[in-house]
Amino acid sequence: MDSFKKHTGSVTPLYQINIDTDQIIPKQFLKRIERTGFGEFLFNDWRFDSAGKPIKDFILNNPKYKKSSILATGKNFGSGSSREHAAWALHDYGFKCILAPSFADIFYNNCFKIGLLPIQINEHQMEKIVVCSEKDPNYQLTIDLDCQTITENKSGEKILFEIDPFMKNCLINGLDEIGLTLQHREKIRKFEESR
Amino acid sequence: MSPKTMFQKIWDSHLVHKEPGQPAILYIDLHLIHEVTTPQAFEGLRISKRSVRRPDLTVATIDHNVPTTNRFLPILDPIAKQQIETLRSNCKEFNIELYDIHHPRQGIVHVIAPELGFTQPGMTIVCGDSHTSTHGAFGSFALGIGTSEVEHVLATQTLRQYKPKTMRINVAGDLKFGITAKDLILYIINQIGVNGGTGYVIEYSGNVISNLSMENRMTICNMSIEAGARAGMIAPDRITFDYLKNKPQAPKENIFELKVKEWEKIKTDEGASFDKEVNIDASSIEPMVTWGTNPGMVISINEQIPDPNSFPTINEQKSVSKALKYMGLNPGASLKNLPVDRVFIGSCTNSRIEDLRNAAKIIINRQVNDKVKAMVVPGSTEVKKQAESEGLDLIFKNAGFDWREAGCSMCLGMNPDILKPGERCASTSNRNFEGRQGKEGRTHLLSPEMAAASAIAGHLVDIRNW
Ligand code: SF4
Repeated sequence: MDSFKKHTGSVTPLYQINIDTDQIIPKQFLKRIERTGFGEFLFNDWRFDSAGKPIKDFILNNPKYKKSSILATGKNFGSGSSREHAAWALHDYGFKCILAPSFADIFYNNCFKIGLLPIQINEHQMEKIVVCSEKDPNYQLTIDLDCQTITENKSGEKILFEIDPFMKNCLINGLDEIGLTLQHREKIRKFEESR
Repeated sequence: MSPKTMFQKIWDSHLVHKEPGQPAILYIDLHLIHEVTTPQAFEGLRISKRSVRRPDLTVATIDHNVPTTNRFLPILDPIAKQQIETLRSNCKEFNIELYDIHHPRQGIVHVIAPELGFTQPGMTIVCGDSHTSTHGAFGSFALGIGTSEVEHVLATQTLRQYKPKTMRINVAGDLKFGITAKDLILYIINQIGVNGGTGYVIEYSGNVISNLSMENRMTICNMSIEAGARAGMIAPDRITFDYLKNKPQAPKENIFELKVKEWEKIKTDEGASFDKEVNIDASSIEPMVTWGTNPGMVISINEQIPDPNSFPTINEQKSVSKALKYMGLNPGASLKNLPVDRVFIGSCTNSRIEDLRNAAKIIINRQVNDKVKAMVVPGSTEVKKQAESEGLDLIFKNAGFDWREAGCSMCLGMNPDILKPGERCASTSNRNFEGRQGKEGRTHLLSPEMAAASAIAGHLVDIRNW
């Protein structure tokens, strides 16, 4: 898995609530058997019209946000299906971090498994980031996972965020969770024997 | 001993390892897999030279991609075909039982596992599919997982989990005439919100729930995920045991009775406390239909579509306006008499035998409206066979419904069954997300009875006046 320590990047504001995984990666792209290559289909039905032409006013089609690597979005992001393809698509497209006031459970878990960092911040903090990044496509943030801070590059202002220590450790060190669990192989075997 | 919730009992009895600051390692009794969310997990196993720890606790089916027309014709979509073949070869390589396309018990994963008796009370069950919550109807802890977790379960037969919080939804009163489990769960989602269940396992209880059939209980638990819940559960009781008895994978004879004694102990103890309690009055529920693009955007058939301005935050107002625009609807309008182009009776929410019986009762000796294309997709090949033995297929076909082979079909449209842009569909499935049933398609979620009646009338109706 990719590790995540520190990242600086600009922000794409997509401030809608309840964005579901069917929008993040529509089902017609779930038939691939690889983990990669989903980025070009990210938000496909919002990005392209029926003829495959980019829809102008959708933020991902705005060239000014092309280089952005942080997505700022609304509450309950990633609701719906368990498809890890949603996290793969965001990551493959180039996002390293998703900021939202809340996430759906399965999506939230999936992110950690692939080195994409989901950060929960409150609506108030979110609104500021959205307003700033809507105004300035080069609005930069630095995310430091170890210190659990989001720093506004220009002002130096910091937001602290909460994160589960275990997930944090896995992400910083790019740990293989299966490997960690297999260290308890003996306990699993005993559990099986006892039933 | 202090009283425990059903969830707590299952959790405790499956703990393999626990240490502070880490998610617990939970043993998994049953791992269900399908073609869409597993290829990358098996590939991961191969890359790290790992194998499947317990192929005997792993069961596979092909459901999402399969055509629902003639199964003996080749699959036209080359990528779907490759995904199906990948599952076949993975099952072979790792020795996993597969309910393949031509297997007499093939079907949607959440329909076949219960009807084969794989799903049993007290179990921990996972599947790379969010509607795994369905299996909680048997008093099991069943949850959807992502592909990396699928790989984790394949390799270790365990899952790392933080303990979720618990919520009890107590449904009292009586469901009125014409009101189904689907109406009840849509109502509940509307009450608690599409993320009201996030972080929780929901236990449904109360007289209304304990009077429901297993099919209806599965409909309720199935849609727990639409409220964001980690899982939904219902205490096992006589109805559960009677359903399970004589199912192919259920324990046999004497052992079955011994098992029942164990299963009876699973229910929540008197006095156990939940992190959250919600009370629902069943008698206030009317037939429910969604108007928007998530299952929480739902009203009763006699209510008016809400005005975006009546929502508290700007973000909600925007989301409602966007949904109405997508759905081609106006605030203040009624859903009653809204013309539909398509009707879909199917999906893991409402494609079991009881659903088909109830829908058939509505349409007997009637004809599907000229302007409507209607289809029935049984949840499993077994449901299809049972329906045919009862003559339900003839009722549907004579009325003008398409009668299909089992699979997910137009619930998510990964196979050729999709809506055309702008088409409006009355659907018994579980998600009305934008594009879910086809790009620019418009989905209204409702009960099988309401869907069947809409097919005949050509528009949405109040089933109580049928
Ligand atoms: S029927 Fe629909 S919701 Fe159920 S498993 Fe299939 S695609 Fe998913």
